Amino acid sequence: MQTSLLTLVAQRLALGFLLLLAVSLLIFVGTNILPGDVAEAILGQSATPESLANLRRDLGLNDPAYIRYFNWLGGIATGDLGNALTNGSNISEAVGKRLFNTLFLAGTAAVISVPLAILLGLIAVRYRNRWPDKMISGLTLTSISLPEFFIGYLLIYFGAVKFGWFPSVATVYDSMGFWERLNIVALPALTLTLVVLAHMMRMTRAAILNVMQSAYVETAELKGLSAFNVIRKHAFPNAIAPIVNVVMLNLAYLIVGVVVVEVIFVYPGMGQYLVDHVAKRDVPVVQACGLIFAAFFIGLNLVADIVAIATNPRIRHPK
Amino acid sequence: MVKPVADTAKPLLDVRGLKIGATVYPPDAKPHDITIVDGVSFTLEKGKVLGLIGESGAGKSTIGLSALGYGRGGVRITGGEVFLNGRDILKGGMPVLRSLRGKEVCYVSQSAAASFNPAFKLIDQVVEATVRHGVLDRSAAEERAIELFRVLSLPDPETIGSRYPHQVSGGQLQRVMTAMALCSEPDLIVFDEPTTALDVTTQIDVLAAIKDAIKRTSVAALYITHDLAVVAQVSDEIMVLRQGKTVEHGAVKQIIEAPREDYTKALVSVRAIKHKEQIPSGEPFLKVENITAAYGGGTVKVLKDVSVDVYEGQTLAVVGESGSGKSTLARVITGLLPPLEGRITFDGNELPKALKDRSKEELRQLQMIYQMADVAMNPRQTVGTIIGRPLEFYFGLRGADRDKRVNELLEEIEMGTGYIDRYPAELSGGQKQRVCIARALAAKPKLIICDEVTSALDPLVADGILKLLLNLQKIENVSYLFITHDLATVKAIADSIAIMYQGELARYGTKTDVLKPPFDDYTDLLLSSVPEMKIGWLEEAIQSRRMDSAGN
Amino acid sequence: MFRKIPLSAMIGMLLTSIFLFAAIFAPWIAPYSMTDSSASVWEPFSSAHWLGTDNLGRDLLSRMIFGARTTIFIAAMATFLSFTLGSVLGLAAAVIGGWFDMLMSRFVDLLMSIPTLIFALVVLSVLPSNLITLILLMGILDSTRVYRLSRAVAVDLNVMDFVEAAKLRGEGRMWIIFREILPNALSPLVAELGLRFIFQVLFLSALSFLGLGVQPPEADWGGMVKENKDGIVFGIPAALIPAAAIAILAISVNLIADWVLNRTTDLKGGRSG
Repeated sequence: MQTSLLTLVAQRLALGFLLLLAVSLLIFVGTNILPGDVAEAILGQSATPESLANLRRDLGLNDPAYIRYFNWLGGIATGDLGNALTNGSNISEAVGKRLFNTLFLAGTAAVISVPLAILLGLIAVRYRNRWPDKMISGLTLTSISLPEFFIGYLLIYFGAVKFGWFPSVATVYDSMGFWERLNIVALPALTLTLVVLAHMMRMTRAAILNVMQSAYVETAELKGLSAFNVIRKHAFPNAIAPIVNVVMLNLAYLIVGVVVVEVIFVYPGMGQYLVDHVAKRDVPVVQACGLIFAAFFIGLNLVADIVAIATNPRIRHPK
Repeated sequence: MVKPVADTAKPLLDVRGLKIGATVYPPDAKPHDITIVDGVSFTLEKGKVLGLIGESGAGKSTIGLSALGYGRGGVRITGGEVFLNGRDILKGGMPVLRSLRGKEVCYVSQSAAASFNPAFKLIDQVVEATVRHGVLDRSAAEERAIELFRVLSLPDPETIGSRYPHQVSGGQLQRVMTAMALCSEPDLIVFDEPTTALDVTTQIDVLAAIKDAIKRTSVAALYITHDLAVVAQVSDEIMVLRQGKTVEHGAVKQIIEAPREDYTKALVSVRAIKHKEQIPSGEPFLKVENITAAYGGGTVKVLKDVSVDVYEGQTLAVVGESGSGKSTLARVITGLLPPLEGRITFDGNELPKALKDRSKEELRQLQMIYQMADVAMNPRQTVGTIIGRPLEFYFGLRGADRDKRVNELLEEIEMGTGYIDRYPAELSGGQKQRVCIARALAAKPKLIICDEVTSALDPLVADGILKLLLNLQKIENVSYLFITHDLATVKAIADSIAIMYQGELARYGTKTDVLKPPFDDYTDLLLSSVPEMKIGWLEEAIQSRRMDSAGN
Repeated sequence: MFRKIPLSAMIGMLLTSIFLFAAIFAPWIAPYSMTDSSASVWEPFSSAHWLGTDNLGRDLLSRMIFGARTTIFIAAMATFLSFTLGSVLGLAAAVIGGWFDMLMSRFVDLLMSIPTLIFALVVLSVLPSNLITLILLMGILDSTRVYRLSRAVAVDLNVMDFVEAAKLRGEGRMWIIFREILPNALSPLVAELGLRFIFQVLFLSALSFLGLGVQPPEADWGGMVKENKDGIVFGIPAALIPAAAIAILAISVNLIADWVLNRTTDLKGGRSG
């Protein structure tokens, strides 16, 4: 019985890996789609034939595309993401610290938003179609429409400038302690939370409602079980998979939201890193960051997939 | 298992003036309240079975659930009193209801497959209420459950409890749910259409098992169904409901043999259509010869060497249960599923096997009517367009000519010309099916394939459709290939019968031939499984059975 | 038709029309030109400048009105592109099936494995940020979602009995797509149209905010937020105004889309459909 579960999980992991490979190809193609070449795009107006030739040689552009692609892949496999064009610094080093910062920020936002979304979803279902539900629905409808920078600058304006509760610029450095970090990260994390909460809440409500309306929950009620037991024993085990699915999908969304939020608060994470180098047309950095973000995105979706498989009784106990 | 005789002065269940309502939220109008049940009263003694019968929308499920103080999906009890064991359960609030649900009253739903929690073993769910209400401790409850599995003729009663719902068949799940209801030794069980979703041959087994269990445990029961023949087998009394009101209430013998109200009379005489059987003569114009068909590129054979004929102006009924291949036969004839072997001859010419190879004229001669009229019509087209399209497509009729013909067809299906601009959503179930019939007729086909066209309709409405079809056959001289699982219909309208079992023809011939013994095993099983409007039929049927049902 | 429109949808329609009006008639109703920087920097609200001035002394109100034009125009074009591309391909994939369906769907799955913003950033690191590129990029990236929706709707419809009845009649593919499937696919798609537009507005604003969308001196609201953001730390709320405008536009379109979605959730016909 367990082997079929393991094979399915292994299959998913393999597919995920293949997907990541395909995505790397896509990213590589995406940065090479100009009819001209990267060197021209980078140098732009100030291109002279010699500077172009030099840059091309430095970038390894004289090799055909597939060789460059495999070189890049090979580098990644050994942990070497290459060097930045703009200042020659090692990308892997730079990414290391910044990745930690980004994950810290995203993690804080996740820790606040996930329980809150589930709680609000439960409340909305409990008081379905009455005022708490309608109010929650109204609030989420509004906050889905708010751009991150609106929430972010609003929070800075009131939270930092007017009332001085939190710093307005989120600079962190290595020697900071945990609580100091948390203080710095408070406003950006709050911004992220509000953005993601709205999406997540609608979906958790739908997932919980779906389970609560199943026939087997009705059977449990008709057996005279207390409301608590109905939810704990019958609804909850079947709600785990859909809720985890929702959470994972939204955490994946969190990864994207982090980019804008880092720019708003000038927070030294992966998002800031990526955006800076896009403007500078620093292709190696952009490729590396793109791949890392995509890897997280795919990974989170993979976890959602696997949890759905692992909790499906038809797969765990085949006929 | 015999319970001590209790105070028989008070009835077990006493429903007085029950009113049930709901709020509907139509998309375009303001939400408003409607009444589902309007002042229904009845009593039920200990150990007796009351059958609640009515068509869909009559309110029978809602009344059954009110015995547990429950309203499904926004339905509320708005008036009246429900006395169970002497106390009004509607006045005590949730604590009172929780104490009696699963202990004094239990519920068996229509679809056991959906009613079991997919994440837990069956035995856990069967004993849950018993243990929770403190009736028995866990091991005693499990013993009782296994005993009940045995009483209900479930396979492997010792071990079936350790399986999960998806590992067990539908008919078995229905019986497990009955065991679950009986486990806590309740005073009353509400059976909500427990056999409707099952195959006809399995239905008898489950019905017999339920009746037996009721007798042994002397539990009282409310048996809800729309099938009068079924309810006549298990009940002591019958109450006929229509649109939330009681039509008639009496002992089973009286209702079945001497109904008083017209509505009851109509229900009792359902399928008593008189149709003179026609004898096949001359050449059949549709010859299906040695058809073998499969899905999945030849791996799963669904039809094996099937040969039938259809004669002009006559009806061939193809009968079978789920998995018999009857619907697949229709798909082969229409060209949706090209057969691996065999051929089909229409009017002397061989039909191309695949749909795309057939000419417009060949397609025109063969029309089809579906089971669910809701999805068989494009919801965004008016009745006029739906019926008119075949006229345009096959005959090039346009404008006023076309409309004239559409109106003629509307008259033929006994709907007035005012319907030409209506949309399907505005029609009733029976009207929708009539429009589909008109659409098929518009092409002036020689053969119409009717795929379970009355299965989704209420018995009286279905009767109307069958009568219409027979009429039209006389007028237009069209033949029918009538696919169904309902033997009563077959007996009423068929000229020839083909009985299918697991992809093969079990029996084929004229109606009289097929229905005359001696029978092969499967035909015997099938014929003996159709409930008749006769008291005591169930016991006879079980005794004379030779073959076991598939349990679906 | 006007009898049963809820208050929220009416508010939505009112606000959206105001924005549309501003966008269409910008040159005639803006008090100043887009580049007139005669006033001093970051002035507060006054009668000369209703919304004050921006970081270069330009009238904020005028820039907002022209910004409406840019934002709405680009978002609308991108939505139009994503919608036509996505729905045509989605419907075709569902009806044609076979290798076409498989190939398209795998490719769309692949595209959707990368977060949209990330992919846009990657591509914009090598492409110039002009109008055509932006519209093409935004349109193609978002068409994946429309593809999935329209394909799902079409697949559901394709197996319905009335479509099979049409096939059995002998109707050709064109009839089936345009007369049987499309009329029933419109409602869910139209509701989605509003949501896609909102997404494009937000997406474009995010890109411009990051400096990679509309380039100066053209201004869309996202770019205006970027220009004025430095003032926030000093207590100047100028950046909040374009941000609020984006929010209000998104909310109003959302209110309309919600209403459309609620009205047409089932596959019913009828006169109101």
